[in-house]
Amino acid sequence: MTAAEQFLDPVLAEGPVLTVSNLSVSFPSEAGRVDAVRGLSYEIATGEVLGIVGESGSGKSVSSMAVMGLLPGSARISGSVRFRDTELIGKPDVELSRIRGRRIAMVFQDPLSALTPVFTVGDQVAEALQVHRRELSASAARNRAVELLDLVGIPNAGSRAKAFPHEFSGGMRQRAVIAMAIANDPDLIIADEPTTALDVTVQAQVLDVLKTAREVTGAGILLITHDLGVVAGVADRVLVMYAGRAVESAPVDELFARPRMPYTLGLLGSLPRLDDEERRPLVPIEGQPPALTNLPAGCPFTPRCPLAVDLCREVEPELEIVAMAHRAACHRSSELVRSDATDVYGVSTLAEAGTGEVPRGERPVVLAVRDMIKHYPITRGTVLRRRIGTVHAVDGVSFEVRQGETLGLVGESGCGKTTTLMEILSLTQPERGSVEVLGRDVTGLDRKARTRLRRDVQVVFQDPVASLDPRMPVADIIAEPLVTHGVLRSEIRTRVPELLRLVGLRPEHASRYPAEFSGGQRQRIGIARALALEPKLLVLDEPVSALDVSIQAGVVNLLEELRVRLGLAYLFVAHDLSVVRHIADRVAVMYLGRIVEIGEVRTVFRAPQHPYTQALLSAIPVPDPAVERARERILLTGDLPSPADPPAGCRFRSRCFRYTALDAADQRRCEQDDPALERTDAPDQQVACHFAAPYAVL
Amino acid sequence: MTASTDLGTGAGEQVIDQPRRGALVLRRLLGNRLAVVGLGVIVALFVLAYTAPLVYHWDYEELDYTAFLAAPSADHWFGTTQVGGDVFAQTMRGLQKSLVIGLLVGVISTAVAAVVGAAAGYFGGWVDRSLMWLVDLLLVLPSFLVIAIVSPTFRGQTWLVFVLLLALFAWMITARIVRGMTLTLREREFVKAARFMGVPPWKIIFRHIVPNMSSLLIIDATITVGTAILAETGLSFFGFGVQPPDVSLGSLIAAGVDSAQTFPWLFGFSAGFLILAVLSVNLVGDGLRDALDAGSVRSRRADRRARGSAT
Repeated sequence: MTAAEQFLDPVLAEGPVLTVSNLSVSFPSEAGRVDAVRGLSYEIATGEVLGIVGESGSGKSVSSMAVMGLLPGSARISGSVRFRDTELIGKPDVELSRIRGRRIAMVFQDPLSALTPVFTVGDQVAEALQVHRRELSASAARNRAVELLDLVGIPNAGSRAKAFPHEFSGGMRQRAVIAMAIANDPDLIIADEPTTALDVTVQAQVLDVLKTAREVTGAGILLITHDLGVVAGVADRVLVMYAGRAVESAPVDELFARPRMPYTLGLLGSLPRLDDEERRPLVPIEGQPPALTNLPAGCPFTPRCPLAVDLCREVEPELEIVAMAHRAACHRSSELVRSDATDVYGVSTLAEAGTGEVPRGERPVVLAVRDMIKHYPITRGTVLRRRIGTVHAVDGVSFEVRQGETLGLVGESGCGKTTTLMEILSLTQPERGSVEVLGRDVTGLDRKARTRLRRDVQVVFQDPVASLDPRMPVADIIAEPLVTHGVLRSEIRTRVPELLRLVGLRPEHASRYPAEFSGGQRQRIGIARALALEPKLLVLDEPVSALDVSIQAGVVNLLEELRVRLGLAYLFVAHDLSVVRHIADRVAVMYLGRIVEIGEVRTVFRAPQHPYTQALLSAIPVPDPAVERARERILLTGDLPSPADPPAGCRFRSRCFRYTALDAADQRRCEQDDPALERTDAPDQQVACHFAAPYAVL
Repeated sequence: MTASTDLGTGAGEQVIDQPRRGALVLRRLLGNRLAVVGLGVIVALFVLAYTAPLVYHWDYEELDYTAFLAAPSADHWFGTTQVGGDVFAQTMRGLQKSLVIGLLVGVISTAVAAVVGAAAGYFGGWVDRSLMWLVDLLLVLPSFLVIAIVSPTFRGQTWLVFVLLLALFAWMITARIVRGMTLTLREREFVKAARFMGVPPWKIIFRHIVPNMSSLLIIDATITVGTAILAETGLSFFGFGVQPPDVSLGSLIAAGVDSAQTFPWLFGFSAGFLILAVLSVNLVGDGLRDALDAGSVRSRRADRRARGSAT
């Protein structure tokens, strides 16, 4: 602890911890040098959280790797990185190693690959301590490791320290990584997308731990993320990066309230928000981020900017002060005061669906799932297999989707959303319960009838890279469902360009391969393929979660427009509740293979009744610092129990905050009685909780 | 990029040219210079092997008792053997046999491997178990022994039977690799998408799974072409396959290798043709792999070149 006290010494802690000035990084590539970072400058003060946001390829991660000296030898780095009084650029790796991990710590995105699978977690934390402090004895290091694990909120840290990384859940692993990062009381913690791989409720926990880490160590934190909501809740100052440059930097409130660069404005407008009352169209930023080889002169955002003038094409704007502590790199930033993204980007409001007038109850049911069950056996033994347990992946799920509406199915990973989808899509008899598509029970369908029914149910997958056959030209990909269902070749030739136009692509793209398209465009191809047969129901499995925000907005708008135009019904699976809030009419919340709450989106989001829904909603960050600070966060304890061994009685009991507040008699009810879905006072809301009570979390 | 953008302006409602996958692959293949050269050499070798004997003044079975071990000359273009056989005539005869045997074995064994491996991997269950049992069985059987035992049965039959026998023992290891790749491809979303579209299983295998393994299959086929030509030599030793006085490149090389230093024409010409044949097959294979691989930079460049020359 003496070392730590020394670092927290006020004399040493004065001035910025890190000063980056004019940092440039370039890599060689086949197409010429890639200028990944082009003249980046920023400072971080002690105890300050600087959030760097940007889309993939904006250079945010590369710049932090440059600070750590972790870039490959082929990278060319110039500029200056000063940590306290030491210049880091040009220092040999041996000297950097003495600083890395001791005074600058790093938290990576993937907690699984950041930990060595063959050592226990406790040993790895102890190693982080001993590497920099030789004099520390093994037992002292181990004791300190347990203390650190306890500090980051790992229950029973003493015994859990002896566990291996694979025995930890994702959130626990990330906590252990943070424990390693703060082990030596660093002056600076670089967190590169620390919560991207985690579920929202776990994300909220980890962000909380990160805040604790800052309080304990007093370190400055460099938080790199693509999620503006996370930045709004955690950061003090924000730096927006685009095409390897900082395009705007400001204190967090200022940036969210008065963005002065069209890109920032567009990013904020493209985010679906949890607290939106009315459905407003999202603002997609047209086009792609530029390739960072041979960038043309002028502002790199020009091709996508609605405000571009001739000057923008000629001169790249410098990052200049536009207000107190607010810098922006835009020639027209002075005109942007108090502008609305929808005005600047000129998005028209959406026309309401034609079915909007027909009340829901009178519209035909497209999909009806009743009491569906899917269990997987757990077996042991290779020669003589015996069943030793059951994974209750989906355990009695019922819902309906009517024509022209979107049902959002939400829940954390492992709750059974995807299994539910796959069961529906297989169009075979479920283990128990029934699936009805357009009024036809799928049980007892023969092969022909099932193939015919597939015309009406199509799917769009999450990963736009994996869902298109890389060896097929786009025309063949889109034509495949048509060919399969015996559409004439002459008709296909006219239909393919039609479909491409429908999803906002150009017909001449038909002869290209998927690899030549960006993620958003590929997702559009996937949608075109799904629409080829004019289905009645579209099943969407996380269709936008793999896309950058500005691209995501375009795809969400497209989906909404198509639903209205073609009268489609969507079953929309997502973990991002903001997107669901935006696109869905009704929402079903799943937990451990069950639906715990279902109902109209507005009702469920405004007055959620199930404690899990409340926790889930409160965990979602809102991209508005003022709202974020005012919100009270319900932090769930622990992780999702294993679906092989769900708790008896109410399944949510093990993590429920309401359960812990009950008296013994009521608690017994939760332990013994499994609550069923029951109607609430609201017209369309059902909830499975003995002690359901509305609680506004927004 | 720019070329195709120009194409689309004013496209309006008319149907735009949508080349099918086959046409696109062919165009990309023809845009690859080395592949075209390889293809040209293979065709030239076939033409040479089948037409040259028609116009040449010696037959491969004829013996010239005036010239033993004569060096290449105007009369005997590639020289003569110890017993006065004409090396050029024999080489051409051998080339006919070896080209056909090599290409057929390469294609057949790879095709069998692809079908068996993909079926085992895709269907799983008992299909997988029984096919893999067959593969393991064929792997542990000593192929030379089996061929030696069955050879009397096929004696006097067409040598195409021999091609099938060679292919029979060349596909198992590839099939195992194909099965492994199929297991991962089966879980990819585009395969699931096809399944949920209602595409029948065999169509999924041929349309999605096999093309995505084309790099492996093409490399495997080109290697097999070379090994099959050489394996045939070894089998001929068992008194099966190409029998004297008939010749193949393999048997010519085997006969000439001892005197390669002193009488180089006995060995050099047949070996040269073998190398030329295998090399051009490899060039075509490389070109085909690039043409099928959508992501390959080289093929995109070739594509652009082909498109540019077409307009």
